[in-house]
Amino acid sequence: MSPIIEVSGLTKFFREQHAVNDLSFTVYPADIYGFLGQNGAGKSTTLRMLLTLVAPTAGKIRIFGMDLRTHRSEILRRVGAVIERPDLYKYLTAWENLSLFARMSGIRPDRGQIMDQLELVGLAERAHSKVKTFSQGMKQRLGIATALVHDPDLVILDEPTNGLDPQGIADIRNLILHLSSHRKKTVVVSSHLLSEMELIASRMLIIDKGKKVVEGRADELFDPARTIVELDTADASFTAEKLSHSQWQPFLRERRGDKFVLGMDKGQVPVFIQDMVQLGVRIQAIQPRHSLEDYFLTLTTANQHVDSFTD
Amino acid sequence: MKYLLLLPLFFAILPGYAQDPAALLQKVRTRLDQVNDYQASGLMKTNVPFLKVPEATVTIYFKRPNKIKIRNDKGISLVPKGAVTISLNTLLKGSYTTLDAGSDTLDGHKVRLVKLLPQDETADLVLATLYIDESRLLILRARTTTRENGTYEVEMTYGKYISYALPDKVVFSFNTKDYKLPKGITFDYDDGSAKKPTATGGKGKVEISYTSYIINRGLADSVFQ
Amino acid sequence: MWTLLRIELFKIFRRPRTYIPFAAIAAMILIIQLGLKFDGRSYLELMMSSLSDSFIIPYGMIMNGYLVAFVILNTLLIQVPLLVALVAGDIIAGEANMGTLRLLVIRPVSRTRLLLVKFYASVIYTVLLLVWMALLALFLSMLLFGTNDMMIARNTVMEQIKSSDVLWRYIAAFGYATVALSTVAALAFLLSVFAENSIGPIVSTISIVIVLTILSEMRIPLYDNTVKPWLFTSHMLAWKGFFYSRSDGQGSAITGSVENLPAILRSLGILLGYIVVFVTTAIVAFKKKDILS
Repeated sequence: MSPIIEVSGLTKFFREQHAVNDLSFTVYPADIYGFLGQNGAGKSTTLRMLLTLVAPTAGKIRIFGMDLRTHRSEILRRVGAVIERPDLYKYLTAWENLSLFARMSGIRPDRGQIMDQLELVGLAERAHSKVKTFSQGMKQRLGIATALVHDPDLVILDEPTNGLDPQGIADIRNLILHLSSHRKKTVVVSSHLLSEMELIASRMLIIDKGKKVVEGRADELFDPARTIVELDTADASFTAEKLSHSQWQPFLRERRGDKFVLGMDKGQVPVFIQDMVQLGVRIQAIQPRHSLEDYFLTLTTANQHVDSFTD
Repeated sequence: MKYLLLLPLFFAILPGYAQDPAALLQKVRTRLDQVNDYQASGLMKTNVPFLKVPEATVTIYFKRPNKIKIRNDKGISLVPKGAVTISLNTLLKGSYTTLDAGSDTLDGHKVRLVKLLPQDETADLVLATLYIDESRLLILRARTTTRENGTYEVEMTYGKYISYALPDKVVFSFNTKDYKLPKGITFDYDDGSAKKPTATGGKGKVEISYTSYIINRGLADSVFQ
Repeated sequence: MWTLLRIELFKIFRRPRTYIPFAAIAAMILIIQLGLKFDGRSYLELMMSSLSDSFIIPYGMIMNGYLVAFVILNTLLIQVPLLVALVAGDIIAGEANMGTLRLLVIRPVSRTRLLLVKFYASVIYTVLLLVWMALLALFLSMLLFGTNDMMIARNTVMEQIKSSDVLWRYIAAFGYATVALSTVAALAFLLSVFAENSIGPIVSTISIVIVLTILSEMRIPLYDNTVKPWLFTSHMLAWKGFFYSRSDGQGSAITGSVENLPAILRSLGILLGYIVVFVTTAIVAFKKKDILS
């Protein structure tokens, strides 16, 4: 299967730093490709380079098998995107916005096509309202409609769930899945929410400080056997002291205020809890943490094991 | 020898030579009185340093004793004030002291110079000098000095209508003020060409060439409003 | 290209702020017309002050629609370029500000074409402003004040143009004004490429036009011989040259003539040159620009 997107050695240097540094990745047809990273990691910049908004300092980008630099218009005709917050023409209606962008992408949509798009994103009743009357969620949805109106093969969504309520987030998620499974589109989604990404992405790229951390199938990236837990106790300083003298000290990744974050194999968790209780630590809560930051922590401690305490 | 003695006597009684200026004026007056009124068409050319206007077709109306109006029916014409305020007829009527100012040649014609001083001290006219062609009883030139409007000179050339003593061409010459408008008002386009010297006070000339006269047909007073 | 241009014009004319310059021009013109209708005499007396001693001045005939139109055009010299800057300065920076620029740039349209279309749209807007001005300043004045010969008070000479000889000069003048204003539009356009909001380019354009106009109008030899002939503001007034006639050597004006047509054409050429430079620079800068908005 030939890739839809091939990026090699992509670098962007500005404001005296590397926003993106020697990044390489591949996206295959019908992927839902997740771009994961903290804010400022370089996700947006990378996506902007894919869309020719920003010129790379170095590197090659091929989309649909064509060099982006030489086949720009041909490629962009088949690409739809929403970058960061979807700003549209506030003084125009939803309908007018959609129609305008469709025509700029080279198609002349009829009434039916425009209504289809609006229905797809649930905005059919507000077709003739001015965008300035829309809520954030509605604007987001209209933005996606704008990206889809010309029936592109590749859809790039930069933080599409920003500012949405849980229902909105779920809607977007379902839409993305629908686009991939039913409409056979390739979708590239960027986010800083690992939990969301895990639910939809088939392949992922994790990026930190402009560099690739890891790329691969989602199910391969997260070792189900490992976990991060966050410990919440009655007396934090007492806990800290106890921990420092125990064998669990090396597992402590971080102290976040009064909470303690530790990384360990899942099997070690019951042992840890027993030890703490025995040391007199009064545990108020212990819960698994599953954010991106925590994932990074697992990456840096992947090879660490604790000796089994089981006698 | 005897004949030589007769010569001075001979010159003394040659007609017109020793004519009294007042009498001469009267003769001219009578000649001009043939015309009660006229309506004439003419072409007016303006040659004033700071004016650039196209030639204009004008209509000139005259009614005895001293009504004159110069009108441009198709547009604007700037008529010199002296042209209509002091007419020859005004000069010839009224009470003046006439003085003989000698003779001269003007355009090949011999002329008598007659100076007129108004007896009315408050009159606008201060002095007038007429250059009269005695043989044809025509005024060829008139120079008038007025209180209000300075000095004017009018020069006349006769042709087709000489029997009525109406000129073919009249040239008014007069002094003009300096003309200058500040740049802040005009915002002229400066095309980079050499700057013309500013028009300092000088002489302006307005020339009217009469193409036709309609004489003594009767003109209502309302025409001169 | 046409589709894009229609879209651009659609965007421009759906915004309420687009109509402000039209209203402003109408207001200014009506104020001037009212003023001249009620007290045009004082204005004329000033204009004719050097002549009123020697000539009989037909004030009623001189104050006619053609003269009023000229006065209006003269007065609007500074204002209209500013109004043009309002739209032209906003056309790119405004999109950056609204966040829509990035949506435009990812379309399968080259950046060059995108920008050219926007520039053409600014020019069309300028033409419409001028047509509006022509209707109000010229035709409405002709209705209100009638027509007659036109007197033009220049620095050192007063000119008169026969009424039948006037209209074509106005058409030529408006044509020239389109180019002059498009030069301002091109400057605002260029500055708009570098900004993320429209205030910057609009204010900068206005400031530049004002400063350069002052330089163009001052009579300081240092500037006269070096910089002045090359400033575009020195050439924006050349539309007036269409109202200066040639003299026939005996003081009369030649009907239908233009005193210095080559100079006007040269000025036109310089303005067109400026437009080409401004727009080309804008396109080159825009092609290289990283769109971060």
